[in-house]
Amino acid sequence: MTPSRTAFATILAKDLRAELRTLQSLPAMALFATTTFVIFRFGLDRTTLSGSLAAGVLWATLLFAALLGVNRLFVSEREEGGFDAIRLAPIDRSALFAAKATALFTYLLVLELVVVPIFALFFLGSAAALGPLLAVLLLADLGIAATGTLISSMAVQSRARDLLGPLVLLPLVVPLMIAATGASEPLLALGGPGYHRFGTWLAVLSLYDLIFLLLGWAVFDFLLED
Amino acid sequence: MEPGQATDEPALSLAGLRRDYGERTALDGIGLRLGHGETLLVLGPNGAGKTTLLRILATLLRPSGGEVRALGCSLPDEAWKLRGRIGFLGHEPLLYRDLSGRENLRFHARLHRMKGEAGEARIEWLLAAVGMERRGEQRVAELSAGMRQRLAIARCVLHEPELLLLDEPDSNLDGEGRELARALIGPGGERTRVIVSHDPERFEAEADQVLRLEAGGRAVAA
Repeated sequence: MTPSRTAFATILAKDLRAELRTLQSLPAMALFATTTFVIFRFGLDRTTLSGSLAAGVLWATLLFAALLGVNRLFVSEREEGGFDAIRLAPIDRSALFAAKATALFTYLLVLELVVVPIFALFFLGSAAALGPLLAVLLLADLGIAATGTLISSMAVQSRARDLLGPLVLLPLVVPLMIAATGASEPLLALGGPGYHRFGTWLAVLSLYDLIFLLLGWAVFDFLLED
Repeated sequence: MEPGQATDEPALSLAGLRRDYGERTALDGIGLRLGHGETLLVLGPNGAGKTTLLRILATLLRPSGGEVRALGCSLPDEAWKLRGRIGFLGHEPLLYRDLSGRENLRFHARLHRMKGEAGEARIEWLLAAVGMERRGEQRVAELSAGMRQRLAIARCVLHEPELLLLDEPDSNLDGEGRELARALIGPGGERTRVIVSHDPERFEAEADQVLRLEAGGRAVAA
Protein backbone atom coordinates (compact mmCIF):
# COMPACT_ATOMS: atom_id res chain seq x y z
CA MET A 1 0.00 0.00 0.00
CA THR A 2 1.16 3.52 -0.75
CA PRO A 3 1.37 5.51 2.51
CA SER A 4 -1.74 7.62 3.06
CA ARG A 5 0.25 10.83 3.46
CA THR A 6 1.88 10.28 0.04
CA ALA A 7 -1.51 9.66 -1.56
CA PHE A 8 -2.97 12.68 0.27
CA ALA A 9 -0.14 15.00 -0.84
CA THR A 10 -0.27 13.70 -4.42
CA ILE A 11 -4.02 14.21 -4.83
CA LEU A 12 -3.98 17.60 -3.09
CA ALA A 13 -1.07 18.85 -5.21
CA LYS A 14 -2.88 17.68 -8.35
CA ASP A 15 -6.08 19.54 -7.38
CA LEU A 16 -4.30 22.78 -6.43
CA ARG A 17 -2.19 22.69 -9.60
CA ALA A 18 -5.27 22.15 -11.77
CA GLU A 19 -7.13 25.00 -10.00
CA LEU A 20 -4.18 27.37 -10.34
CA ARG A 21 -3.99 26.53 -14.03
CA THR A 22 -7.69 26.72 -14.89
CA LEU A 23 -9.11 29.01 -12.16
CA GLN A 24 -12.46 27.24 -12.41
CA SER A 25 -13.63 27.58 -8.81
CA LEU A 26 -11.98 30.42 -6.90
CA PRO A 27 -12.68 33.39 -9.20
CA ALA A 28 -16.34 32.35 -9.49
CA MET A 29 -16.64 32.04 -5.71
CA ALA A 30 -14.99 35.45 -5.12
CA LEU A 31 -17.05 37.16 -7.80
CA PHE A 32 -20.26 35.67 -6.43
CA ALA A 33 -19.49 36.81 -2.88
CA THR A 34 -18.47 40.32 -3.93
CA THR A 35 -21.56 40.76 -6.09
CA THR A 36 -23.76 39.54 -3.24
CA PHE A 37 -22.22 42.11 -0.88
CA VAL A 38 -22.95 44.83 -3.45
CA ILE A 39 -26.55 43.63 -3.72
CA PHE A 40 -26.94 43.61 0.08
CA ARG A 41 -25.44 47.06 0.34
CA PHE A 42 -27.87 48.58 -2.10
CA GLY A 43 -30.76 46.24 -1.30
CA LEU A 44 -30.67 47.03 2.40
CA ASP A 45 -29.80 50.66 1.68
CA ARG A 46 -27.36 50.66 4.61
CA THR A 47 -23.71 51.68 4.70
CA THR A 48 -23.05 49.95 8.02
CA LEU A 49 -24.28 46.68 9.45
CA SER A 50 -23.81 45.26 12.92
CA GLY A 51 -24.72 42.36 15.17
CA SER A 52 -26.94 39.59 13.86
CA LEU A 53 -27.68 41.30 10.54
CA ALA A 54 -23.96 41.68 9.75
CA ALA A 55 -23.30 38.09 10.78
CA GLY A 56 -26.23 36.85 8.68
CA VAL A 57 -25.11 38.73 5.58
CA LEU A 58 -21.53 37.51 5.96
CA TRP A 59 -22.33 33.83 6.54
CA ALA A 60 -25.16 33.52 4.02
CA THR A 61 -22.85 34.98 1.37
CA LEU A 62 -19.87 32.79 2.30
CA LEU A 63 -22.02 29.66 2.41
CA PHE A 64 -23.55 30.18 -1.03
CA ALA A 65 -20.14 31.08 -2.48
CA ALA A 66 -18.77 27.87 -0.94
CA LEU A 67 -21.50 25.88 -2.74
CA LEU A 68 -19.90 26.82 -6.06
CA GLY A 69 -16.66 25.21 -4.94
CA VAL A 70 -18.44 22.19 -3.47
CA ASN A 71 -20.27 21.57 -6.77
CA ARG A 72 -17.01 21.51 -8.73
CA LEU A 73 -14.93 19.57 -6.22
CA PHE A 74 -15.24 16.13 -7.84
CA VAL A 75 -16.03 17.15 -11.42
CA SER A 76 -12.58 16.20 -12.73
CA GLU A 77 -12.79 12.84 -10.95
CA ARG A 78 -16.15 12.07 -12.54
CA GLU A 79 -15.54 13.47 -16.01
CA GLU A 80 -11.93 12.39 -16.47
CA GLY A 81 -12.00 8.98 -14.82
CA GLY A 82 -10.20 10.08 -11.69
CA PHE A 83 -12.47 7.96 -9.49
CA ASP A 84 -11.38 4.82 -11.36
CA ALA A 85 -7.72 5.86 -11.28
CA ILE A 86 -7.87 6.28 -7.52
CA ARG A 87 -9.86 3.07 -7.01
CA LEU A 88 -7.23 1.17 -9.01
CA ALA A 89 -4.33 2.49 -6.96
CA PRO A 90 -3.12 0.69 -3.84
CA ILE A 91 -4.11 3.52 -1.52
CA ASP A 92 -6.42 4.09 1.40
CA ARG A 93 -9.30 5.90 -0.29
CA SER A 94 -9.83 8.06 2.74
CA ALA A 95 -6.76 9.93 1.48
CA LEU A 96 -9.01 11.21 -1.32
CA PHE A 97 -11.48 12.55 1.25
CA ALA A 98 -8.69 14.24 3.21
CA ALA A 99 -7.14 15.75 0.07
CA LYS A 100 -10.45 17.02 -1.32
CA ALA A 101 -11.51 18.46 2.05
CA THR A 102 -8.13 20.19 2.36
CA ALA A 103 -8.44 21.58 -1.17
CA LEU A 104 -11.91 22.96 -0.39
CA PHE A 105 -10.67 24.36 2.93
CA THR A 106 -7.84 26.11 1.04
CA TYR A 107 -10.29 27.58 -1.51
CA LEU A 108 -12.45 28.89 1.34
CA LEU A 109 -9.46 30.49 3.06
CA VAL A 110 -8.35 32.21 -0.15
CA LEU A 111 -11.94 33.29 -0.81
CA GLU A 112 -12.20 34.84 2.65
CA LEU A 113 -8.82 36.50 2.31
CA VAL A 114 -10.31 38.41 -0.62
CA VAL A 115 -13.95 38.95 0.33
CA VAL A 116 -13.93 39.46 4.12
CA PRO A 117 -11.92 42.72 3.77
CA ILE A 118 -14.46 43.75 1.10
CA PHE A 119 -17.26 42.96 3.57
CA ALA A 120 -15.50 45.08 6.21
CA LEU A 121 -15.04 47.92 3.73
CA PHE A 122 -18.70 47.85 2.70
CA PHE A 123 -20.37 47.33 6.06
CA LEU A 124 -18.11 47.69 9.10
CA GLY A 125 -16.99 50.88 10.75
CA SER A 126 -13.66 49.36 11.78
CA ALA A 127 -11.55 46.29 11.19
CA ALA A 128 -11.30 45.45 14.91
CA ALA A 129 -13.56 42.41 14.59
CA LEU A 130 -11.51 40.75 11.87
CA GLY A 131 -8.84 39.33 14.20
CA PRO A 132 -11.16 37.32 16.47
CA LEU A 133 -13.40 36.54 13.47
CA LEU A 134 -10.51 34.53 12.04
CA ALA A 135 -11.07 31.73 14.59
CA VAL A 136 -14.75 31.49 13.60
CA LEU A 137 -13.88 31.50 9.91
CA LEU A 138 -11.29 28.73 10.32
CA LEU A 139 -13.59 26.46 12.31
CA ALA A 140 -16.60 27.06 10.05
CA ASP A 141 -14.46 26.47 6.94
CA LEU A 142 -13.33 23.15 8.35
CA GLY A 143 -16.95 22.10 8.86
CA ILE A 144 -18.03 23.24 5.39
CA ALA A 145 -15.02 21.46 3.87
CA ALA A 146 -15.78 18.16 5.64
CA THR A 147 -19.53 18.22 4.97
CA GLY A 148 -19.13 19.63 1.46
CA THR A 149 -16.63 16.95 0.46
CA LEU A 150 -18.82 14.17 1.78
CA ILE A 151 -21.97 15.43 0.02
CA SER A 152 -20.16 16.38 -3.18
CA SER A 153 -18.67 12.90 -3.55
CA MET A 154 -22.18 11.42 -3.40
CA ALA A 155 -23.92 14.06 -5.49
CA VAL A 156 -21.36 14.02 -8.30
CA GLN A 157 -22.27 10.44 -9.14
CA SER A 158 -25.90 11.38 -9.67
CA ARG A 159 -27.39 12.97 -12.76
CA ALA A 160 -29.06 15.65 -10.63
CA ARG A 161 -25.76 16.58 -8.96
CA ASP A 162 -26.20 20.36 -9.33
CA LEU A 163 -29.51 20.10 -7.50
CA LEU A 164 -28.70 17.30 -5.09
CA GLY A 165 -25.54 18.85 -3.63
CA PRO A 166 -27.13 22.04 -2.30
CA LEU A 167 -30.39 20.28 -1.34
CA VAL A 168 -28.59 17.80 0.92
CA LEU A 169 -25.80 20.07 2.06
CA LEU A 170 -27.82 23.10 3.16
CA PRO A 171 -29.89 21.32 5.86
CA LEU A 172 -26.72 19.60 7.10
CA VAL A 173 -24.87 22.88 7.62
CA VAL A 174 -27.73 24.60 9.48
CA PRO A 175 -26.16 23.81 12.91
CA LEU A 176 -22.81 25.06 11.62
CA MET A 177 -24.37 28.31 10.39
CA ILE A 178 -26.23 28.83 13.68
CA ALA A 179 -22.94 28.43 15.58
CA ALA A 180 -20.95 30.59 13.12
CA THR A 181 -23.47 33.45 13.21
CA GLY A 182 -23.83 33.04 16.98
CA ALA A 183 -20.08 33.43 17.42
CA SER A 184 -19.83 36.29 14.90
CA GLU A 185 -22.76 38.35 16.18
CA PRO A 186 -21.05 39.78 19.29
CA LEU A 187 -17.82 40.28 17.35
CA LEU A 188 -19.64 42.46 14.82
CA ALA A 189 -21.65 44.39 17.43
CA LEU A 190 -21.96 48.15 17.18
CA GLY A 191 -19.27 49.76 19.35
CA GLY A 192 -16.64 47.05 18.94
CA PRO A 193 -16.24 43.32 19.37
CA GLY A 194 -17.81 41.55 22.33
CA TYR A 195 -17.31 37.96 23.45
CA HIS A 196 -20.68 36.93 24.86
CA ARG A 197 -20.87 33.07 24.63
CA PHE A 198 -18.04 33.23 22.09
CA GLY A 199 -16.27 30.23 23.64
CA THR A 200 -19.46 28.16 23.65
CA TRP A 201 -20.09 28.76 19.97
CA LEU A 202 -16.47 27.92 19.13
CA ALA A 203 -16.88 24.65 21.05
CA VAL A 204 -20.05 23.87 19.07
CA LEU A 205 -18.19 24.58 15.80
CA SER A 206 -15.30 22.33 16.88
CA LEU A 207 -17.68 19.53 17.79
CA TYR A 208 -19.45 19.80 14.43
CA ASP A 209 -16.09 19.68 12.64
CA LEU A 210 -14.96 16.65 14.59
CA ILE A 211 -18.19 14.74 13.89
CA PHE A 212 -18.15 15.36 10.14
CA LEU A 213 -14.41 14.82 9.73
CA LEU A 214 -14.67 11.46 11.49
CA LEU A 215 -17.84 10.56 9.59
CA GLY A 216 -16.21 11.42 6.26
CA TRP A 217 -13.08 9.45 7.09
CA ALA A 218 -15.15 6.44 8.18
CA VAL A 219 -17.65 6.22 5.31
CA PHE A 220 -15.73 7.59 2.33
CA ASP A 221 -14.28 4.22 1.36
CA PHE A 222 -17.80 2.79 1.09
CA LEU A 223 -19.03 5.76 -0.95
CA LEU A 224 -16.46 5.00 -3.62
CA GLU A 225 -17.46 1.35 -3.82
CA ASP A 226 -19.53 0.12 -6.73
CA MET B 1 0.19 -14.42 -2.22
CA GLU B 2 3.13 -12.11 -2.74
CA PRO B 3 3.97 -10.88 -6.25
CA GLY B 4 6.20 -13.28 -8.09
CA GLN B 5 5.61 -16.14 -5.65
CA ALA B 6 5.45 -19.55 -7.34
CA THR B 7 1.98 -21.07 -7.30
CA ASP B 8 -0.06 -23.76 -9.00
CA GLU B 9 -3.09 -21.52 -8.94
CA PRO B 10 -4.02 -20.01 -12.30
CA ALA B 11 -3.68 -16.28 -12.80
CA LEU B 12 -7.43 -16.01 -13.26
CA SER B 13 -10.17 -18.35 -12.25
CA LEU B 14 -13.87 -17.64 -12.60
CA ALA B 15 -16.70 -19.96 -11.62
CA GLY B 16 -20.37 -19.14 -12.12
CA LEU B 17 -19.63 -15.41 -12.28
CA ARG B 18 -22.80 -13.34 -12.40
CA ARG B 19 -23.36 -9.60 -12.42
CA ASP B 20 -26.75 -7.92 -12.37
CA TYR B 21 -27.66 -4.28 -12.85
CA GLY B 22 -31.01 -4.22 -11.10
CA GLU B 23 -33.31 -6.50 -13.10
CA ARG B 24 -30.87 -6.83 -16.01
CA THR B 25 -28.26 -9.56 -16.03
CA ALA B 26 -24.99 -8.42 -17.61
CA LEU B 27 -22.96 -11.58 -16.94
CA ASP B 28 -24.48 -14.98 -16.35
CA GLY B 29 -22.52 -18.00 -15.15
CA ILE B 30 -19.10 -17.28 -16.62
CA GLY B 31 -16.37 -19.77 -15.82
CA LEU B 32 -12.77 -20.09 -16.98
CA ARG B 33 -9.18 -20.66 -15.88
CA LEU B 34 -6.27 -18.71 -17.34
CA GLY B 35 -2.63 -19.53 -16.63
CA HIS B 36 0.11 -17.05 -15.78
CA GLY B 37 1.49 -15.28 -18.84
CA GLU B 38 -1.46 -16.32 -21.00
CA THR B 39 -3.81 -14.14 -22.99
CA LEU B 40 -7.59 -14.30 -22.86
CA LEU B 41 -9.52 -12.66 -25.66
CA VAL B 42 -13.09 -11.68 -24.82
CA LEU B 43 -15.35 -11.22 -27.83
CA GLY B 44 -18.98 -10.34 -28.18
CA PRO B 45 -21.50 -7.82 -29.46
CA ASN B 46 -22.33 -4.55 -27.72
CA GLY B 47 -24.02 -5.11 -24.38
CA ALA B 48 -22.74 -8.67 -23.99
CA GLY B 49 -20.96 -7.81 -20.73
CA LYS B 50 -17.34 -7.60 -21.95
CA THR B 51 -16.59 -4.32 -20.20
CA THR B 52 -18.47 -5.46 -17.10
CA LEU B 53 -16.24 -8.54 -16.93
CA LEU B 54 -13.13 -6.40 -17.26
CA ARG B 55 -14.28 -3.97 -14.56
CA ILE B 56 -15.00 -6.84 -12.17
CA LEU B 57 -11.47 -8.16 -12.73
CA ALA B 58 -10.13 -4.63 -12.19
CA THR B 59 -11.92 -4.53 -8.79
CA LEU B 60 -14.03 -1.59 -10.00
CA LEU B 61 -17.28 -3.59 -9.88
CA ARG B 62 -18.45 -6.23 -7.42
CA PRO B 63 -19.74 -9.51 -8.78
CA SER B 64 -23.36 -10.31 -7.88
CA GLY B 65 -22.57 -14.00 -7.58
CA GLY B 66 -20.05 -16.72 -8.30
CA GLU B 67 -16.37 -16.98 -7.55
CA VAL B 68 -13.59 -14.78 -8.92
CA ARG B 69 -9.90 -15.22 -8.14
CA ALA B 70 -7.18 -13.11 -9.74
CA LEU B 71 -3.45 -13.48 -9.01
CA GLY B 72 -4.30 -15.50 -5.93
CA CYS B 73 -6.74 -12.95 -4.53
CA SER B 74 -10.41 -13.64 -4.01
CA LEU B 75 -12.65 -10.83 -5.28
CA PRO B 76 -14.13 -8.66 -3.96
CA ASP B 77 -12.89 -9.53 -0.45
CA GLU B 78 -9.18 -9.28 -1.23
CA ALA B 79 -9.43 -6.52 -3.83
CA TRP B 80 -7.09 -4.34 -1.77
CA LYS B 81 -4.31 -6.91 -2.26
CA LEU B 82 -4.80 -6.95 -6.02
CA ARG B 83 -4.83 -3.21 -6.65
CA GLY B 84 -1.44 -2.04 -7.79
CA ARG B 85 -0.83 -5.34 -9.58
CA ILE B 86 -3.34 -4.57 -12.34
CA GLY B 87 -2.90 -2.41 -15.41
CA PHE B 88 -6.32 -1.25 -16.62
CA LEU B 89 -6.95 0.33 -20.00
CA GLY B 90 -10.63 1.16 -20.30
CA HIS B 91 -12.81 3.38 -22.46
CA GLU B 92 -11.64 6.44 -20.55
CA PRO B 93 -7.90 7.20 -20.55
CA LEU B 94 -7.98 8.04 -16.79
CA LEU B 95 -5.95 11.18 -17.44
CA TYR B 96 -6.65 14.66 -16.13
CA ARG B 97 -7.23 17.05 -19.02
CA ASP B 98 -5.72 20.09 -17.31
CA LEU B 99 -2.45 18.37 -16.49
CA SER B 100 0.31 17.56 -18.95
CA GLY B 101 1.11 14.00 -19.96
CA ARG B 102 4.20 14.01 -17.78
CA GLU B 103 2.27 15.41 -14.80
CA ASN B 104 -0.40 12.74 -15.25
CA LEU B 105 2.18 9.95 -15.29
CA ARG B 106 3.90 11.47 -12.26
CA PHE B 107 0.53 11.57 -10.45
CA HIS B 108 -0.11 7.88 -11.16
CA ALA B 109 3.49 6.95 -10.32
CA ARG B 110 3.18 8.50 -6.87
CA LEU B 111 -0.14 6.78 -6.21
CA HIS B 112 1.67 3.53 -7.04
CA ARG B 113 4.54 4.37 -4.71
CA MET B 114 7.05 5.04 -7.49
CA LYS B 115 9.10 8.03 -6.49
CA GLY B 116 12.47 9.59 -7.02
CA GLU B 117 14.86 9.00 -9.87
CA ALA B 118 13.64 5.51 -10.67
CA GLY B 119 10.08 6.79 -11.06
CA GLU B 120 11.17 9.73 -13.22
CA ALA B 121 13.35 7.48 -15.36
CA ARG B 122 10.42 5.11 -15.89
CA ILE B 123 8.17 8.02 -16.90
CA GLU B 124 10.72 9.35 -19.40
CA TRP B 125 11.30 5.88 -20.80
CA LEU B 126 7.55 5.34 -21.28
CA LEU B 127 7.02 8.74 -22.90
CA ALA B 128 9.74 7.81 -25.38
CA ALA B 129 8.25 4.34 -25.83
CA VAL B 130 4.90 5.81 -26.91
CA GLY B 131 6.59 8.45 -29.09
CA MET B 132 5.63 11.38 -26.86
CA GLU B 133 8.93 12.46 -25.38
CA ARG B 134 8.61 15.89 -27.00
CA ARG B 135 4.95 16.30 -26.12
CA GLY B 136 5.16 15.34 -22.47
CA GLU B 137 4.58 18.93 -21.33
CA GLN B 138 1.47 19.37 -23.45
CA ARG B 139 -1.84 19.39 -21.59
CA VAL B 140 -3.94 16.29 -22.20
CA ALA B 141 -6.84 18.52 -23.32
CA GLU B 142 -4.69 19.63 -26.27
CA LEU B 143 -3.82 16.10 -27.40
CA SER B 144 -5.59 14.15 -30.13
CA ALA B 145 -7.56 11.02 -29.21
CA GLY B 146 -4.73 8.84 -30.55
CA MET B 147 -2.12 10.63 -28.46
CA ARG B 148 -4.33 10.30 -25.38
CA GLN B 149 -4.60 6.57 -26.02
CA ARG B 150 -0.81 6.31 -26.25
CA LEU B 151 -0.50 8.14 -22.97
CA ALA B 152 -3.20 5.91 -21.44
CA ILE B 153 -1.17 2.86 -22.45
CA ALA B 154 1.90 4.37 -20.78
CA ARG B 155 -0.22 4.98 -17.67
CA CYS B 156 -1.53 1.41 -17.78
CA VAL B 157 1.94 -0.21 -17.71
CA LEU B 158 3.68 2.47 -15.63
CA HIS B 159 3.82 0.40 -12.44
CA GLU B 160 4.75 -2.81 -14.26
CA PRO B 161 1.53 -4.70 -13.50
CA GLU B 162 1.31 -8.48 -13.56
CA LEU B 163 -2.19 -8.52 -15.03
CA LEU B 164 -3.20 -6.33 -17.98
CA LEU B 165 -6.89 -5.66 -18.55
CA LEU B 166 -7.27 -4.06 -21.96
CA ASP B 167 -10.56 -2.82 -23.39
CA GLU B 168 -10.19 -2.19 -27.13
CA PRO B 169 -6.52 -1.26 -26.73
CA ASP B 170 -6.14 -0.23 -30.37
CA SER B 171 -8.92 2.31 -30.40
CA ASN B 172 -7.91 5.66 -31.91
CA LEU B 173 -4.37 4.41 -32.67
CA ASP B 174 -2.80 4.78 -36.09
CA GLY B 175 -0.37 2.22 -37.55
CA GLU B 176 2.64 3.68 -35.75
CA GLY B 177 0.70 3.94 -32.51
CA ARG B 178 -0.30 0.26 -32.77
CA GLU B 179 3.29 -0.77 -33.25
CA LEU B 180 4.45 1.27 -30.26
CA ALA B 181 1.59 -0.07 -28.16
CA ARG B 182 2.42 -3.64 -29.13
CA ALA B 183 5.87 -3.27 -27.58
CA LEU B 184 4.28 -2.30 -24.25
CA ILE B 185 1.09 -4.34 -24.04
CA GLY B 186 1.60 -6.93 -26.75
CA PRO B 187 2.27 -10.64 -26.33
CA GLY B 188 5.46 -11.93 -24.77
CA GLY B 189 6.81 -11.52 -21.29
CA GLU B 190 5.21 -12.96 -18.20
CA ARG B 191 2.23 -10.72 -17.98
CA THR B 192 -1.23 -12.22 -18.06
CA ARG B 193 -3.55 -10.34 -20.38
CA VAL B 194 -7.29 -10.05 -20.81
CA ILE B 195 -8.23 -8.25 -24.00
CA VAL B 196 -11.73 -7.14 -24.86
CA SER B 197 -12.40 -6.50 -28.53
CA HIS B 198 -15.16 -6.29 -31.11
CA ASP B 199 -12.76 -7.43 -33.79
CA PRO B 200 -12.12 -11.19 -33.66
CA GLU B 201 -9.37 -11.09 -36.26
CA ARG B 202 -7.23 -8.44 -34.60
CA PHE B 203 -6.16 -10.37 -31.48
CA GLU B 204 -7.17 -13.99 -32.09
CA ALA B 205 -3.63 -15.03 -33.10
CA GLU B 206 -2.28 -13.77 -29.75
CA ALA B 207 -4.92 -15.46 -27.63
CA ASP B 208 -4.41 -18.64 -25.64
CA GLN B 209 -8.12 -18.71 -24.88
CA VAL B 210 -11.14 -17.04 -26.40
CA LEU B 211 -14.29 -16.27 -24.43
CA ARG B 212 -17.26 -15.43 -26.62
CA LEU B 213 -20.11 -13.67 -24.90
CA GLU B 214 -23.60 -13.21 -26.27
CA ALA B 215 -26.32 -10.77 -25.35
CA GLY B 216 -27.38 -11.45 -21.77
CA GLY B 217 -23.80 -12.11 -20.71
CA ARG B 218 -23.72 -15.85 -21.31
CA ALA B 219 -20.66 -17.59 -22.71
CA VAL B 220 -21.17 -19.11 -26.15
CA ALA B 221 -20.25 -22.79 -26.18
CA ALA B 222 -17.13 -23.45 -28.27
